[in-house]
Amino acid sequence: MLELIFFNITNGLIVGAFYALMAIGLSLILNLSGVINFAHGGFLVIGGYLAYVLTPYIGFWGALIVSPFLTAIIGVAVEWLLIRRLYGRDPLYSLLLTFGLAFIIEDGTRQIWGANGLPVSVPPALMSALSSRFFFITGYRMFMVATVAIVVVLLFVLLRHTRVGVRIRAGTLDLETVAALGINVRALRSFNFAVGIFLAGLAGVLAGGQLGLEPTMGDGLLMPSFIAIIVGGVGSLTGTLVGGLLIGVAAGLTAVVFPSASDAVMYVIMAIVLLVRPRGLFGEEGMLT
Amino acid sequence: MTADQRKHLAVLAAIWAALLFAPYWMPFFGGYTALGSRVLVLGLGAMSVNFLLGFTGVLSFGHAAWFGLGAYACGLTLKHIALSTPLGLLAGTLVGGVAGALLGALLVRRRGIYFAMVTIAFGQVFYYIAFQWLSLTGGDDGLRGFARQPLDFGLFQIDLLHNDIYFYYFVLFCFAVAVGLMAFILGSPFGRTMIAIRENERRARFLGIPVELHIWIAFALSCFFMAFAGSLYALVNNFADPRMLHYSLSGDFVIMAVMGGMRTFWGPLLGAIVFVVLQDYISSVTVNWMSFIGLLIVLIVLFFPRGFLGMLRPRRTA
Repeated sequence: MLELIFFNITNGLIVGAFYALMAIGLSLILNLSGVINFAHGGFLVIGGYLAYVLTPYIGFWGALIVSPFLTAIIGVAVEWLLIRRLYGRDPLYSLLLTFGLAFIIEDGTRQIWGANGLPVSVPPALMSALSSRFFFITGYRMFMVATVAIVVVLLFVLLRHTRVGVRIRAGTLDLETVAALGINVRALRSFNFAVGIFLAGLAGVLAGGQLGLEPTMGDGLLMPSFIAIIVGGVGSLTGTLVGGLLIGVAAGLTAVVFPSASDAVMYVIMAIVLLVRPRGLFGEEGMLT
Repeated sequence: MTADQRKHLAVLAAIWAALLFAPYWMPFFGGYTALGSRVLVLGLGAMSVNFLLGFTGVLSFGHAAWFGLGAYACGLTLKHIALSTPLGLLAGTLVGGVAGALLGALLVRRRGIYFAMVTIAFGQVFYYIAFQWLSLTGGDDGLRGFARQPLDFGLFQIDLLHNDIYFYYFVLFCFAVAVGLMAFILGSPFGRTMIAIRENERRARFLGIPVELHIWIAFALSCFFMAFAGSLYALVNNFADPRMLHYSLSGDFVIMAVMGGMRTFWGPLLGAIVFVVLQDYISSVTVNWMSFIGLLIVLIVLFFPRGFLGMLRPRRTA
C-alpha cells in the first residue's frame, strides 16, 4: 500500500511538473500581454514534432536544446505577424485568434505527420529503471523532473536578477509606467512571448519522449494549465508553479482511492480555491481580476 | 412613425419572412430543412452568448456547458421520465439554467480575462462528467435511445419526428418565443442597465446600479437561454454527446457572435448561418476543414472584428 501511494505521488509530481511547465509559459504571456494563449498546446505539439524530425540528425540531446528554440522562433513570428496587432484591444480578440491558431496547428501537424502516434527516441541510458523495488522511477522520469526543476530555477533567476527579467516583472504590474521610462515594450513583449513558447516547446520534447507524439497531445495539458494558473493566482508565477504541482499530486493521490475521479479532483480544488480565496493561493488583490 | 422606425420594422419583417418561408426557398440554394433547424438552434445559442457578451460586455468562454447540460437533461427526461417534448425542453432549460446561475454566483466578481479563463475551466467540468459517467450519459458514444415526441393537443397531434417541416416550424416557434423574450429584456430598464455596465462599469456603479447583481442576473438569464437552445439541439439530433459541452463549441458560439456583429441583436444569427453553412460545406469537400475554420477565425479577428452587421452600422451602438 505504501509503495502504491509513493508510486502515485511520484507520478503526480511528474505530471504536476509538466502542468507547471506549461502553465508558467501561459502565465508569463497572460501577465505581461493579457493574452490567453489557446495555441499554447499547439506550440507544445510543434516542439515535440520538431524534436522527432531533428533527433535522427543531432540526437536526443541536441533536439532537446534546439527544438524549443526553434519553437520559440516560430512563436515570435506568430506574435509579430498576428498577435501584436491585438494588444490593447479587448482580450476577446487575442483569445479567439489563438483559438483559431490552435485549430490550424493541430490540423497542420496531422497533415504533415499523420494522425497516428510517433515516438521520440530517447537515449537507452535514460530508459532503465533505477531500482528494482521502485521500478516506476525510470531514469527518464527523474530526468524530466530534473530538467523542469532546472529550467524553472533558471527562469526565476532570469526574472529576478537580469535587467530584462526585472522589466518583465515591472511590466506585469504597470506596463504604462515601464513604457514611459523609455523601455521598448514591444520588444519586451516579444521576448517574453518567446520565453513562454520556449517552455511549451520544451514540454513538447519531454512529453514526446515519455508518451510519444500525437497531434492532439496539447489538448489534455491545456486545461490543467489553466487550472494551475487559477489555483495559484493570476499574476503570480510562484503560484502557478505551486498550483501545477498541487493539482498533479492531488490527481495522483486520488488515483489511489478512486481512479476515475483523478481528472475531476483538480476542478474540485479550483472550486474550493475560488470559494475560499478567490484571488488564488498566491494571487494579489486587484491583479487582472 | 419616423423613417428610422419604419426601416427597423421593414428589416424585422424581412427577417421573419425569410425564416418563415425558409423550407421553401432553402432548397434552391442547396439547403435542406434539417440544416435550417440546426442553424436556428445554434443561432439561438450564439444570441444567448451575445446577450452576455455583446450587451453586458462579459466574456464567457464556457457557455457550451449550459448548452450541453440542457441537451443531456432534455434527452434523459425523454428517455427515462416522460415521453413529452415540452417536458423535455422544460427540464433541459431548468437544469442547465439553474446550474449556470449557481456557478455564476461564484464567478461574478471576476472580470475580463480572468472571468473568461474561469468559465472555460468550469465548463470543462461538465464535459468530464458527461465523458466519464458511462452508465448515465453513455460516455464518449453519447446519449442515444430517445426521440422527440409528437405534440399532443388532445384533438389532434403534430408529428415532429417524421416530418422535418413540422419540426422546423416547431423550432422556429421556440426560437421566436426565446428571441422575443430576449428583445423584451434588452428593451426593459434592466436591459438598459446591462448596456450601461458594458459601456462604463465604474460610472454605472456610481449611479447606484448594483453591478455584481446585474451581471449575475444577465449571466443566469443567458444560461437559461443557452440551456433552452441546447435542449432544442438534443431534439434536432435525437442525440447528445460530450462534444456539446466542450470549450471548442463555446468558442464556436463566440465566433458566430463576433462574426455577425456582437453589438447587434441579429448579428449572431447571421454569424451562425454563415458559420454553420460554411462548416457543413467545407467538411464535405475537404478533410482539412479545421484549418479552414481556424483561418476563417483568424481573418475575422484581424480584419472584421466588428462583424458583418457591425460594419453596416458604423459607430452606432445598439
